[in-house]
Amino acid sequence: MNSLLAYIPALPLLGFIILSLFGRRSPKPVIAWVGAGTVCLAALITIAVGVAFMQSTPANGAYSQLLWSWFRVGALSVDINLRVDALTLVFIFIITFVGALIHIYSAFFMWHDRDMARFFASMNLFVCSMLLLVMADNLVLLYLGWEGVGLCSYLLIGFWYEVPSNSRAANKAFLITRIGDTALLIGLFLLFKELGTLNMNAIQQQAPQHFTTGSADIVLITVLLLVGGMGKSAQMPLQTWLPDAMAGPSPVSALIHAATMVTAGVYLIARMHGLFLLSPVTMAIVAIVGAVTLLVAGCSALAQTDIKRILAYSTISQIGYMFLALGVGAWSAAIFHFFTHAFFKALLFLAAGVVIEALHHEHNIFRMGGLRKRMPEVFITFLAGAAALSALPLVTAGFFSKDAILWYSWSSAGGTSVLWFMALVGAFITALYSTRLMLVVFWGEMRTPVHQQPDRGMVIPLIILAFFSITAGFIEWPHNMLHLSLFSDHVQQVLPATVMKRDLPSEWLFQAIATVITLTGVYIGYMLYYGKSGVRWQQSPPLAATRDFFFSGWKFDQLYNFLFVKPFLFLTRVNKSDVIDKLYNGIAQAGLRLNGWFSVSQNGSLRLYIVGVLAGILFIITLQLLL
Amino acid sequence: MILVLMIGILLVGGLTCWLVAQRYPLMGRLIALIAVIIAFLLPVGWYAQYASELTVTGNNWLIDYQVNWIPAFGISFHLAMDGLSFIMILLTFLLGMLSVLCSWNEVREKTGFYFFNLLWTLAGIAGVFVAMDLFLFYFFWEVMLVPMYFLIAIWGDFNRRYAAYKFFIFTQTGGLLMLLAILALYFIHAQQNGGQFTFDYFALLNTTFDNNVTARWIMLGFLIAFVIKLPMVPLHNWLPDAHSEAPTAGSLILAGLLLKTGAYGIIRFVLTLFPEASASIAWWAMLLGVVGIVYGALLAFAQTDLKRLIAYTSVSHMGFVLLGVFAFREIALQGVVMQLLTHGVSTGALFVLAGMLKERLHTRDINQMGGLWTAMPHMGALAMVFVMASLGLPFLGNFIAEFLILMGAFEVSPVLTIIASAGLVLSALYSLRIMQKVFQGQLQTVSEPPKDLSAREWIIMASLTATIIFLGLYPQPVLDTVQGFVAQLARSNL
Repeated sequence: MNSLLAYIPALPLLGFIILSLFGRRSPKPVIAWVGAGTVCLAALITIAVGVAFMQSTPANGAYSQLLWSWFRVGALSVDINLRVDALTLVFIFIITFVGALIHIYSAFFMWHDRDMARFFASMNLFVCSMLLLVMADNLVLLYLGWEGVGLCSYLLIGFWYEVPSNSRAANKAFLITRIGDTALLIGLFLLFKELGTLNMNAIQQQAPQHFTTGSADIVLITVLLLVGGMGKSAQMPLQTWLPDAMAGPSPVSALIHAATMVTAGVYLIARMHGLFLLSPVTMAIVAIVGAVTLLVAGCSALAQTDIKRILAYSTISQIGYMFLALGVGAWSAAIFHFFTHAFFKALLFLAAGVVIEALHHEHNIFRMGGLRKRMPEVFITFLAGAAALSALPLVTAGFFSKDAILWYSWSSAGGTSVLWFMALVGAFITALYSTRLMLVVFWGEMRTPVHQQPDRGMVIPLIILAFFSITAGFIEWPHNMLHLSLFSDHVQQVLPATVMKRDLPSEWLFQAIATVITLTGVYIGYMLYYGKSGVRWQQSPPLAATRDFFFSGWKFDQLYNFLFVKPFLFLTRVNKSDVIDKLYNGIAQAGLRLNGWFSVSQNGSLRLYIVGVLAGILFIITLQLLL
Repeated sequence: MILVLMIGILLVGGLTCWLVAQRYPLMGRLIALIAVIIAFLLPVGWYAQYASELTVTGNNWLIDYQVNWIPAFGISFHLAMDGLSFIMILLTFLLGMLSVLCSWNEVREKTGFYFFNLLWTLAGIAGVFVAMDLFLFYFFWEVMLVPMYFLIAIWGDFNRRYAAYKFFIFTQTGGLLMLLAILALYFIHAQQNGGQFTFDYFALLNTTFDNNVTARWIMLGFLIAFVIKLPMVPLHNWLPDAHSEAPTAGSLILAGLLLKTGAYGIIRFVLTLFPEASASIAWWAMLLGVVGIVYGALLAFAQTDLKRLIAYTSVSHMGFVLLGVFAFREIALQGVVMQLLTHGVSTGALFVLAGMLKERLHTRDINQMGGLWTAMPHMGALAMVFVMASLGLPFLGNFIAEFLILMGAFEVSPVLTIIASAGLVLSALYSLRIMQKVFQGQLQTVSEPPKDLSAREWIIMASLTATIIFLGLYPQPVLDTVQGFVAQLARSNL
């Protein structure tokens, strides 16, 4: 199995190379087969590796394959070395499997685009980079994947580059994540300085001996890693790029900005859990960042009118749940939520893509409506996705993962009642905006006619994803209901088990409260948006002001514009012609000026020369007399 | 002998070009190209044969060629090559070949004299990298300067006179200081060794200074000459003018090679001749390096002239070199050598692209460009590669360089390194701005859209792209080649 690992990222890379060299001259079927085919093959290999892994866990709990030595200088030695353990396996499964479905969908979705080859080349490169990110055995290789996915995200957000706002959105995404990336890089420097290695296994093993719990160094390192993760995973306060990133094609949003890349931060923290456990302060910060983000983004999702922006804010909010889980030490719950979220959020984005295409690129949900009858397959699958998102009890995958997070946010050693309450409010908001989205788009009267039905090839991936959105949760049940915990058993080969508080109230009680809250959210959504009432209640001034505030994403863009963008632009504009140059021009000017003055003395007038000579003599004589 | 041959062939080739091209312009170009290719193949072929010796025996100096020149003054014709010199020579002739190729059609007047100047500049640069006699070094230092002056002043753009003067005065001032420093060192050494006058580098290495003040002043003489070339803020002002006014090949050589001679000089001469004196100013040099990184990046972001923008990015990137050199750590120094190599390739490529755009659009103003991806997808994709290289994306060589520099410098000064890392965010700002302004947006042309790359342009860009990707994914051969010199340097300066 070890020797198969390299093929998993190499196949998409091959696709990228073929498409970027010959793509422009290839016929469309070839592009589609190469683009989607390589990822499908990678998915098959991944499944083969996964099956072998499940049957007999390899020695040291991981497969690994050394490709070549990247660079060795002094004490620093970095290899291109792939490593697949139980945690990585979950990620590569999602990346290749969901990735393959999205690629198949894209083959139909992008068929009429002039630059289909460029699209698939970038998507393949993305899959390759993302795989390297999670398969890396050292932090430098992880950083390579980390930047690689950032590049592809940039390329694909700005895919339709002719519209200026798209390339602005792409730049924004790249820059904001770059801030996080730079923090991560500084974290690497500090880690290397302290431990003398960047191999992740070695770090995990050496850290407990080297650092004392809560020491300044370990807190600094973990905070830097966290900032890196916040940038990629769009957590507060680096979340503002993700809603704008919706400028890219819908499959891009599904793959990069929902299922995989934005969860890189979650992966990083889970992977480095050994460090984070040494720093309780950082753990608390992670939990708080997650909890605050899930509320802030949830509120913003409530007020959006663009279908993709609703989903974008919802993604930020759901990743907030994952951060919350990581922060309270519920490692496997966080990864489980990543697992289920990848299915239902990818599904929602893909379905939204179908709807947008069918309605002549209409993004505003209030100009949709009544699609239930017109697009029944999309309706059913979207319903499955939205139900999973709002975590309807027992029948959806979202319930199982979110219920675990809610439970641990109170009951784990790091959990508190405040965190639990915030998560609970978040669950209510999630149910509310999901219901709003469903009702406005699929019920009511039809406001824009449907001009085309989706291809079969686009519907099949939707159905597969819908199936998993419902069933993926059944592999991990709450302990009080059923003793089935396949998922947590699997990832706990790598991640530590959650430490619980003592003397807890019954888990049933929490589940009952969560269920009531979720159903209330759905009911209130139904009251507000079924029929026409939704439009009326928003008209009152205080509500409208709040709505505008939420709509603009809590004015973060304006704040950053004022704090950073404007001063930066001012500073660079003022000094465009380089103030230091003035100094040298000044020297040149002074030279010219002196030349002018002295030239005056050399004017050919004999009388003046004599006066000068006499004055000089007089000066010397006076000087001698005085001294 | 091989080194003499290598430089000689360029000098002779240059003269032949001048003579032949008046009648047969095409012949002139071909001669120039062939001369550079031979000069490239000589050290490469030689290295392929003896590469193992470098790693096995640990002998740094692969070639040592010395004959008397003016024995009365202790001046000898001493050329030698170690791993560091070899890497720099390699870069010189790689970019040399491309600079001939990219002036193929661009230069229409006085072709012969043009290629004469081009080859002589290259010869001077190659000489600088292998001269081990300080007098000879100074001689080559001037040989590369004068032809470059002509390249800018004759074939440059609209404001070429001003730029050429400025370039000349700045570098000449530095050169003068260096000459004084060389002479001072020469006399001090003679005084200590009983009147044995010599300019030989290896002999001068043993000079000891009784007093630190003298050592510091002499060191500063060298250092200022080199940091003007590098350039270091606030001595960088010749660079944007010279780079933006020079013809494409001129910019390529300026950015790709001439700046590197400054860095090479610091590593080869300042650090080894004056270890204590350079250690005593290390913190200040690192600080100025960091200032350069940030200041250059801020200025690059503000520019609207494409070549000027790229020129300021060089200021920023060379700040990393200064930071890394004065950290005196093996990791950082290896990063510096990588940075010299990768910056030469990536910024050279950006200047070539800017030249291609200027040939097509007759402007350097990025506000008048836009949407060019639609018309020239190949050029757009290649530009993307090098823009990404300049912002330090892993996969590409520049990342390795900057990563190693920052990692090495972090041990010495975390605060300065953290500020320098902010340069990574700034580099993303100006780099993405290039793509956004030039290639993205709506195509706005009144006449027919510009044509995509020609076969000749493909060769140039493909070789640069292959180099930068190779350096990013497998930099170990380069690191191994300079390992001996760098490790020794780090040991003796620690």
